[in-house]
Amino acid sequence: MPFKRYVEIGRVALVNYGKDYGKLVVIVDVIDQNRALVDAPDMVRGQMNFKRLTLTDITIDIPRVPKKKTLIEAMEKADVKTKWENSSWGRKLIVQKRRASLNDFDRFKLMLAKIKRAGVVRQELAKLKKENSS
Amino acid sequence: MAAKRKTPVKTRNPDLIRGVGKYSRSKMYHKRGLWAIKAKNGGVFPRHDPQPKAPAAVEKPPKFYPAEDVKKPLLNKRKPKPTKLRASITPGTVLILLAGRFMGKRVIFLKQLSSGLLLVTGPFKINGVPLRRVNQSYVIATSTKVDVSGVNVEKFDDKYFTKEVQKKTKKSEGEFFEAEKEDKKKLPEDKKEDQKAVDASLLKSIEGVPDLKAYLAARFSLKSGMKPHELVF
Repeated sequence: MPFKRYVEIGRVALVNYGKDYGKLVVIVDVIDQNRALVDAPDMVRGQMNFKRLTLTDITIDIPRVPKKKTLIEAMEKADVKTKWENSSWGRKLIVQKRRASLNDFDRFKLMLAKIKRAGVVRQELAKLKKENSS
Repeated sequence: MAAKRKTPVKTRNPDLIRGVGKYSRSKMYHKRGLWAIKAKNGGVFPRHDPQPKAPAAVEKPPKFYPAEDVKKPLLNKRKPKPTKLRASITPGTVLILLAGRFMGKRVIFLKQLSSGLLLVTGPFKINGVPLRRVNQSYVIATSTKVDVSGVNVEKFDDKYFTKEVQKKTKKSEGEFFEAEKEDKKKLPEDKKEDQKAVDASLLKSIEGVPDLKAYLAARFSLKSGMKPHELVF
C-alpha cells in the first residue's frame, strides 16, 4: 500500500487541530522533519506541525514561499475552492457544519420531512411488493 | 456657618508638580479676590462671631434598662436590582420550559413582569399552556421569533396572578368530619376572556409560518445522540 498524497510545496491540507481547525491551508515550505510553513489567503503565514495537518488530493503550482498575491492567484487558477466543495470529503464537512448549526425549529422541520419521505418510500415499496406477489 | 456654594470651587492654582503650585501667595491673593472682600468690608476681613446655639434639650435618664445588653442588628440599606433579562429573550421568542407541569413545552414569551418573572402563553389552544409566569432560569430561549405586535399585555402584572385569599370558615366538630366538599375552584370567566384575547392575534401570526403550529404543539425532548452543549437553539 504505497502513499498517494505527498507533502510537497503546493499541497493543500486541512488543519485538524488548534486555533485554525477546519481551515484549508497550502504548504509553502518544509522547515524540518516535523514542521511546515503554511499559508492561506485569510491568515498570516506561519509554521505548523505536520501532525496538525491532513493532506488532501489538491495541489497547486507555486514557487517555494510565494508572495501572498502569487498564492491567491495560484489558488484561483487551480480553483481550489470549487474542487474542495465538490469533493466528497468537502461535501461531507459542509453537511456536518449545516447540521450542527440547525435551530430547534429547523430540527423539528427536518424530522417532519424525514417522516414524510419515509412514508412515500414505504408506499412505493408496498406497491412494488403487491405487483410482485400478484 | 457661611452659605455653602452649590458646586465646590476647583483650585485656581494648578499644580506644577505635586506640592508646588503655579502661583505665589501674593498672586493667589489677587486671584481669589480677597482684596475685593476686604474692600467690601472696610479694609479688614469680615468676622463671623459664633452664633448663639439653641439650648440643647434636656435628656432624661431612661425608665427601663434591659437585663442583658441586646445587640442592635446592623442597618441594611441594600436594594435588590431588577432581574436582568437575557439578551436572547425578546417579546415573541419561543421558549422551552424545563421544569414543572409543562416541562418540555414550547411557549411564546410576552413580557417580563416587575418581579422579574417572565409572562408566557402557549397559546392555550395549541399546547394547553395558559397565561403563566415562569422563571428565567427554567427556560431555554430558542432563536425562533413570532410576531407579537398585535398583542396587548399592559394589563398583566404580578397582582393578576396571586392566589385568591380564602376566608376560613369555622367548622363545628360534626361538619369537620364530613367530606370536605369545597367545590373545585373554577377559573373565573374574565381570565378565560383574557386568554382568548391574547391568543387571537398570536394564532394569526403563528399560522402565517408553516409548521410553526405543530412545532409549538410538540414537546421538546433529548433524543439519543443529542448533546445539549453542542446543540444550537
